[in-house]
Amino acid sequence: MTFQQPSLDTSPKVSDEVRKTTCYMCACRCGINVHMKDGKVAYIEGNRDHPVNKGVLCAKGSAGIMQVNAPSRLRTPLKRVGPRGSGEFEEISWDEALQIAADWLEPIRRDNPEKLAFFTGRDQSQSFTSFWAQNYGTPNYAAHGGFCSVNMAAAGIYTMGGAFWEFGQPDWDRTQLFMLFGVAEDHDSNPIKMGIGKVKANGGRVIGVNPIRTGYNAVADDWVGITPGTDGLFILALVHELLRAGKVDFDYLARYTNAPVLLDAETGLFLRDDNDKPLVIDRNTGDLAPFDKPGIRPDLRGTSGPHRAVFYQLIERYLSPDYAPEAVAERCGIPAPRIGAIAAELARVAFDQAFTLPIEWTDFRGETHPTMTGRPVSFHAMRGISAHANGFQTCRALHMLQILLGTVEVPGGFRFKPPYPKPVEAHPTPHCHAKPDCPLDGPHLGFPRGPEGLALKDDGSPARIDKAFTWENPMSAHGLMHMVISNAHAGDPYKIDTLFLYMANMAWNSSMNTKAVTEMLTDTDDDGNYVIPRIIYSDAYSSEMVAFADLILPDTTYLERHDCISLLDRPICEAEAAADAIRWPVIEPDRDVRGFQTVLIQLANKLKLPGFTTDDGTARYADYADYITNHERKPGIGPLAGWRTAPEGSGVGGSPARGAATGRGSPNPDQIDTYIENGGFFIHHIPEAAQFYKPWNSAYQNWAVDLGLYDTPQPYLFQLYSEPMRHFQRAAEGHGDRQPPAHLRDRVRTHMDPLPYWYESNAREGEFTITALTQRPMAMYHSWGTQNAWLRQIHGRNPLYIPQKLWDTHGFAEGDWARVSSPHGSITVPVALHGGLNDNTVWTWNAIGKRKGAWALSDDAPEATKGFLLNHLIGELLPPKGDGLRWSNSDPITGQAAWFDLKVKIEKTAPPADAETKPGFDPQHSPVGKGPQDLAWKVGK
Amino acid sequence: MTDLPAKTDRKLGLVIDLDTCVGCHACVISCKGWNTENYGVPLGDADAYGAAPSGTFLNRVHTYEVTPKDGPAQTVHFPKSCLHCEDAPCVTVCPTGASYKRAEDGIVLVNEDACIGCSLCAWACPYGARELDQVAGVMKKCTLCVDRIYNENLPEEDREPACVRTCPAGARHFGDFADPDSNVSRLSAERGGMDLMPEQGTRPVNKYLPPRPKEQIDVLAPLLEPVAETPSGLLGWLDKALEKL
Repeated sequence: MTFQQPSLDTSPKVSDEVRKTTCYMCACRCGINVHMKDGKVAYIEGNRDHPVNKGVLCAKGSAGIMQVNAPSRLRTPLKRVGPRGSGEFEEISWDEALQIAADWLEPIRRDNPEKLAFFTGRDQSQSFTSFWAQNYGTPNYAAHGGFCSVNMAAAGIYTMGGAFWEFGQPDWDRTQLFMLFGVAEDHDSNPIKMGIGKVKANGGRVIGVNPIRTGYNAVADDWVGITPGTDGLFILALVHELLRAGKVDFDYLARYTNAPVLLDAETGLFLRDDNDKPLVIDRNTGDLAPFDKPGIRPDLRGTSGPHRAVFYQLIERYLSPDYAPEAVAERCGIPAPRIGAIAAELARVAFDQAFTLPIEWTDFRGETHPTMTGRPVSFHAMRGISAHANGFQTCRALHMLQILLGTVEVPGGFRFKPPYPKPVEAHPTPHCHAKPDCPLDGPHLGFPRGPEGLALKDDGSPARIDKAFTWENPMSAHGLMHMVISNAHAGDPYKIDTLFLYMANMAWNSSMNTKAVTEMLTDTDDDGNYVIPRIIYSDAYSSEMVAFADLILPDTTYLERHDCISLLDRPICEAEAAADAIRWPVIEPDRDVRGFQTVLIQLANKLKLPGFTTDDGTARYADYADYITNHERKPGIGPLAGWRTAPEGSGVGGSPARGAATGRGSPNPDQIDTYIENGGFFIHHIPEAAQFYKPWNSAYQNWAVDLGLYDTPQPYLFQLYSEPMRHFQRAAEGHGDRQPPAHLRDRVRTHMDPLPYWYESNAREGEFTITALTQRPMAMYHSWGTQNAWLRQIHGRNPLYIPQKLWDTHGFAEGDWARVSSPHGSITVPVALHGGLNDNTVWTWNAIGKRKGAWALSDDAPEATKGFLLNHLIGELLPPKGDGLRWSNSDPITGQAAWFDLKVKIEKTAPPADAETKPGFDPQHSPVGKGPQDLAWKVGK
Repeated sequence: MTDLPAKTDRKLGLVIDLDTCVGCHACVISCKGWNTENYGVPLGDADAYGAAPSGTFLNRVHTYEVTPKDGPAQTVHFPKSCLHCEDAPCVTVCPTGASYKRAEDGIVLVNEDACIGCSLCAWACPYGARELDQVAGVMKKCTLCVDRIYNENLPEEDREPACVRTCPAGARHFGDFADPDSNVSRLSAERGGMDLMPEQGTRPVNKYLPPRPKEQIDVLAPLLEPVAETPSGLLGWLDKALEKL
């Protein structure tokens, strides 16, 4: 056939309209352009103007259209009619559903609000849900942080006033060496991918520290396949090497950290002046001076009588041969010369490649600096180092490393994002005093400064169902959602009446010990009543958890709702700007579902909760959009910072002042519309001179006050030595009114060490010698991706990956199966070889395995037949110690779920006769039926 | 059976950087989304929620593990779509003229109205870059987003393939290889852009940039010099370390 080509329209119409909102296919909160055709969602792409993703979008985000049409979407409120776990429901109206919920919740509030446990999972509206819980009056509220990465967040706040991800990010444009420890690669994923791309394009290098070489570690220039749980030891060996060589930023340490602060030789607490300010020795005069006195030069070698600067303790500890590379190499699985070489590389880039920016700035002591010094080394870490029982101290160690290098809040290093930096003193402390018919006495969650901040009742017993803020885990800043069901079932510390959960698949992948948890949810007492009497659950989809609830309040998808990504919560700021965003209904639901936050408001109005209703019982807010617009946390500060109303004559933006105020201002009824007109987000840039050295930079501090992030400037020192930890430690040494019980005294004394240290968190027990981990695929978010017709084609199976050495030892071949057991249980699963893997570690993808009947999949879907969870091997409790106590499998400081401390044994086994993974589960009845056979989804003509 | 154009004015294609591709599949799904809604019939998904879901994708990411002699195993993520070959065997094999290579820019397309679904082209393609849509029975392949790159209804900055626009790591680049000064020609020249399976004689337009050498931190390089030879002498260390302050 001779050459011919048809004519082609290369400019077809793309869409009728583009609606800009915020993604919720994971926790990343990217901006998206939703292309609409005939009122339907036709295509989703990244929003180029958005601060988080700048136009790019990951696989999950682009697959949003398949989430919005997913057959797994719940359609109407449901009332359980079969036994719990069966999935048999009756469809009911919203009036009936809200009445049932109110009839359960009203008496609890009147008699004893602690009988409600309200936990909200992967909630992005925590400032709202916590406000609801506070006004309801229960002490039992938290979101999912305790089983996610509270160690990273809390260690960051206590050490330097912020951590990674929404707290801060590398200076991607200038960093030349990026060192990445273990992270969940499914979220904060676009910024990290963009950052890695930038570092490489700028000629920089990436070091990946992770037992598993996938994803980011696959493109890392150097891969350190560390033994799981030893990151802290490796980091402290780097610290040892840097200190030994004097390759730390002494000037930075003296000026901006508590290294020069004097410790009282007797108490180990800071020496303070009459105004309670920590004291240092001023090198100019040799005299004691408050740390922030104008003109002083704090002395790292300061002493006063028997009292010495923190720096002495620090070097004594880390110069010890215990932390020498040779001493840690075997344990970490990293040869000593490699540790030394990495330390040298960090030092080389931090100091030999230092640079200055010609930006003048003035510090909190009044000293003006003509330039800003850059140290182009940055770090990032998350779940990989957090989810161990030594995670808090490991995260502290990592923050200490970056501080010693002088790379925090400097050009090229790690930079905070507003509202961070924020010292621990600027955060609330926990509140837990529940009284009948009364709001709680303050916010549930916070950062205790010492034993007085614990959530204990007068008799010393835990005030909270999850035992957060007790001697078992004093600094549990995000609560312990993973312990709620187990504790409620055990009646330890007390029994509850209603368990109210939102958006957390606690009957499957979000719980340790999954099978036992489902048994706890269905267990009955001698009278045949459920041990956990009532369960209310809100989810948008037919997850495994749905079947275990008595009442289902179906949520909308993310394109059908209002939300705010608020500065009061987990905002979308950049290092150079404050920003927040909204979601809005770009489509209306085609089912009888309601946004959960609106449902909470409707419930609050029915219950006439203070905060939501006036004294005469009138509702303040009709729905969540109304709340977003009109709620004021304190006068002038609301959920959204952009386009507020300036007071008349304020001089802000002239008059009329609607939409003219930023940060502080009264509510603006047009605020949400203005956000929509501006692409769904608001951004407010930080002036150039205020963009670095933020904790100490007067220009930044003043900018933050103007915006309403703080009410007064809050300059502070980085806390290499943590005085709050020392307060807890002193209590364990026998000081003060509140002391730990005898069985926890040693544990508190050891673990609340005010300087970072490393301890074994996942010791081998007998035959259980291999660490088993999960990784998050970038194209899935927890259990959500499976219901998505496109994403499940990428990750529909999850073999257990085995390193070459173990593969050979056990004589595995392709297609083989293994029995994997822990002290807690066993699973039988397919295996696959993975060479880029620590020699003594096995792993699988997280949350691919599904229970039959859930997510509107067919019962023979590979997720249900070949997929599996490691959760069956992980106890929420440690094996019994013979003392009759229930010891949680958590970090003893924060209560972070120690997912990655799992040790297993593997054995080759014959494939099960039915070729399905074990344990198997009976199918749940699907309240939404099954999905269609084939899809050919095109909404336009 | 179908002729190729004697020459093409431009040679549009992709540069894919294997050094930065993290294997996130963003390009795969963005492509799926755009091409389901746009050019030709939608990309179908058979057994979408069942035991063996099998959908049409114009771009897939494959993952390979390679173990060098002197280092740990490495993983390479390898996105693969039509390479818009200059000597495209999928075109010449087409019995109906449905497969064709555009004279103006070299893009290889399927005219779905003329496609009989015989799959000869898929057999002829050595790269496995074509997929017969199981729902529609029509041959599908990468269009290089021909309905985006010239589309006057899109802002100019968006006139690039969906996979390039969405790639978070910046591992995908689009341009004209006929222009030696284009971004793709320069990148390919600087980074040693490679043809995929050149021995097939297809003269692919798309180029792959190889991963840079790994594990370059030299364990034999000089270690950090200690401040003092006896670090146990704390005060000596302090004085020496701090003397320059």
